[in-house]
Amino acid sequence: MYALKFEKEICATCPSPDCLLKCQYMEFDKDEAHQEMMKLVNGEDSRVLTECVTCYACEEYCRRGNHPYYLIGERREEKGILTAPRAITNQWINMTAMQGKQMVGEVQDTALSSCLIPELGMLGSGKLFEDVAQAITFGAEFMCPAVHTHFAKMSVVKERLPKVIDHFRQLGVEKVICLHDECYGTYTSIAPAFGIEVPFTPIYYMDFLLEKLNEMKDQITPLNIRAAYQRPCSNRLIPQKHRLVREIMDLIGVELPDRTYQDENSLCCAEILRAVSGYRLANDVQQRNIDDMVECGASYCVFNCPACQSTLSEKVAKRGLTPVHIIDLCKAAIGEKELEVTA
Amino acid sequence: MKDILRSLVDILGERGVSNAAEELWFYARDPGVLEAHFPDYVVAPETTEQVRQVVRLANEEKIPIVPMGNGMALTGLVIPLKGGIVMDMKRMNRILEVNEKARYAVVEGGTSQGALKAYLQDHHPQLRHSLPDAPPTTTIAANVSLHGQGRLTQQYGFNSDMVTGLEVVLPTGEVCKIGSPSLGPYWFSKGPTLPDLSGLFLGWLGTTGIFTKVGLKLYPNKKIRDVEIFVTDRVDLVPDIIYKLTHLEMLEDINAWFQPRPLMFKDNYHITMYFTGDTEEEVEFKRKMIWDSLEEFIVAKDGGFMGVGYMKPMLLEMPQRGIAAFADVPRGGGFEYSGPITLIEHYPDYALKVMELAEKYEVIYSSAARVVSGGHSMMFSISFAFNRADAAMMERVKKALDEATEFALEKGGIPWKPNYKEQRMTLEKLDPNTLKLLQMVKRNLDPNGIMNPGNWEVS
Repeated sequence: MYALKFEKEICATCPSPDCLLKCQYMEFDKDEAHQEMMKLVNGEDSRVLTECVTCYACEEYCRRGNHPYYLIGERREEKGILTAPRAITNQWINMTAMQGKQMVGEVQDTALSSCLIPELGMLGSGKLFEDVAQAITFGAEFMCPAVHTHFAKMSVVKERLPKVIDHFRQLGVEKVICLHDECYGTYTSIAPAFGIEVPFTPIYYMDFLLEKLNEMKDQITPLNIRAAYQRPCSNRLIPQKHRLVREIMDLIGVELPDRTYQDENSLCCAEILRAVSGYRLANDVQQRNIDDMVECGASYCVFNCPACQSTLSEKVAKRGLTPVHIIDLCKAAIGEKELEVTA
Repeated sequence: MKDILRSLVDILGERGVSNAAEELWFYARDPGVLEAHFPDYVVAPETTEQVRQVVRLANEEKIPIVPMGNGMALTGLVIPLKGGIVMDMKRMNRILEVNEKARYAVVEGGTSQGALKAYLQDHHPQLRHSLPDAPPTTTIAANVSLHGQGRLTQQYGFNSDMVTGLEVVLPTGEVCKIGSPSLGPYWFSKGPTLPDLSGLFLGWLGTTGIFTKVGLKLYPNKKIRDVEIFVTDRVDLVPDIIYKLTHLEMLEDINAWFQPRPLMFKDNYHITMYFTGDTEEEVEFKRKMIWDSLEEFIVAKDGGFMGVGYMKPMLLEMPQRGIAAFADVPRGGGFEYSGPITLIEHYPDYALKVMELAEKYEVIYSSAARVVSGGHSMMFSISFAFNRADAAMMERVKKALDEATEFALEKGGIPWKPNYKEQRMTLEKLDPNTLKLLQMVKRNLDPNGIMNPGNWEVS
């Protein structure tokens, strides 16, 4: 069985327990943050085990690469502490179960992974993806199981991830372009954290997009719009890639005005918060987030994750912001798609 | 002996009568599992007077007559068990009146649910009726005659409770108005403060008369509808959850359902609740009240609200088409259900019975219970899908449904739109004096036993 590679000494000697200190959903002073983290490290009870909302952000806040979020999940599962009600937890396990219903395109050395998210198949099309669109993979067999960390079901992650990786291995791919941050985060953060070998090179779709856009620079017409970016939870697993959003926006003429909840302080879309912590927190987070988007003068809300988009689209549209996925913005910039405007 | 065909043609014209084999084949069956019985004639009247003349002819000649809406009850209620005339009412499909301020509509006896829905949308957007989750071609008269339910049943009771008046052709040929239209031009009350004679017809499955006009209550059509689904893995908690929800007195509809497929629904019980409002503020207030009412279950991790985002368009559809998808799970597109009306506190027992029957008879199940009238009862559907090309599977479904009805009767439930076998089972269990009263009503209204014979055979 795979086990989390976690080094006690790294936490014990940590000069600044940012993992908990910076948390936007739990309050700690520096001493308490350190103490609570050490309780987790030592397998003792901690209020973190019942209060953490599973936003993933501590994975980014920890500068020492010690995976506090995965540790919280491990400890919760060990102690039988559920984040969400049993029925919701099991529903997620069931609906992402492998049932032999996967779809695989003409895959050779590269696959274009759309996880288990149908919308990603549509997004991974057109000129930007013309070389790889036919190599699409879709289905639970190719779905990263990171979502189960929200439910502290690390055992499901450890059981399913090697199978997913093996399915890609059987395709004989050398590269997998991940259209979902969660997939890229799984292969580059979760897998190594649990000692699971990844026999292919994961490619982050924004790296792929940036390269394509640079190749097609002469076809880009700046969009000249102001947008607020909705950073997804899973981007916290790959904080080194966060800069790509701004680089792409710069390239296609989209201004990202400064706002309170950006970068490290981003707020989550709150769909999972709804299941884990109830509607009050979810409503409060969404309210603050969208107020902030409006106040910064954005006219568009740019999404990276289709789940965030599904959760927030209607809500941002009601506040006058047009919801759009970053890939669709890129398609608009090269004249392949019309930019929608919320009435 | 009269030439019946000639007499029918004289009443209805050539286009209103048929005894062609292909027509009789069609009218001999319904989409459920019961065996076909051929009628001798099919008629399609356009006026109350034509209905009256056909009924009078049938009564004189002692020919069975079966009134039919769209024939979608699934339990064989319009299969002509003893032959005779099937009267297809669908050509009597006019919406005669909508009284906006008094919130009622008067429709002809063959008017479909879809036609009234569309008419209200176009002409009275502030009003709606209690639309059942049946195909839009099903008729309003048939629905109330079998005590149907609809989208507003949780708030206002059975759709038959929403009747505001009737025009009925009695088995002896008289045209009789029931309720306020018997005294004047208005259709606002089926009974009160008169003796409520609608009970002589509602629930009788077309065995005491033919509805040629129905008055029906309409209700405010709020601008926004929304939906939440609460999920629990503890069937014993379902009645308590529903009790909490009905206490709110603010939900349009509550359905409790479970099914093994798709996999995401396996092992859980789902309570879908619909709520409405004219403003976002109203809707959000109701959402808050709903969440708060179930907080104890959430805190105990016994249940929670699932994300409904991508399912919302399907959930908010009226009527819903999910049933059609279920019917085709085993391929061959058939399904039938037993839907007893029972106490909500019996939900766990019924749920276990569904799963027991499905395993015993190797059939695919689903179940959806609709809360009636603020929680006084529920309709608990025990549904089985089957392949029409698989006779053995259909036989197993029949047996499973018979056993489900036996179970419901043992539990003190009332079978809903029972087929003729279930009706017999019900009558056998009925209090003898109640049975006697039913016999008195039936004999007096239908002395020759011509109306939909084989159904509610109380004699």
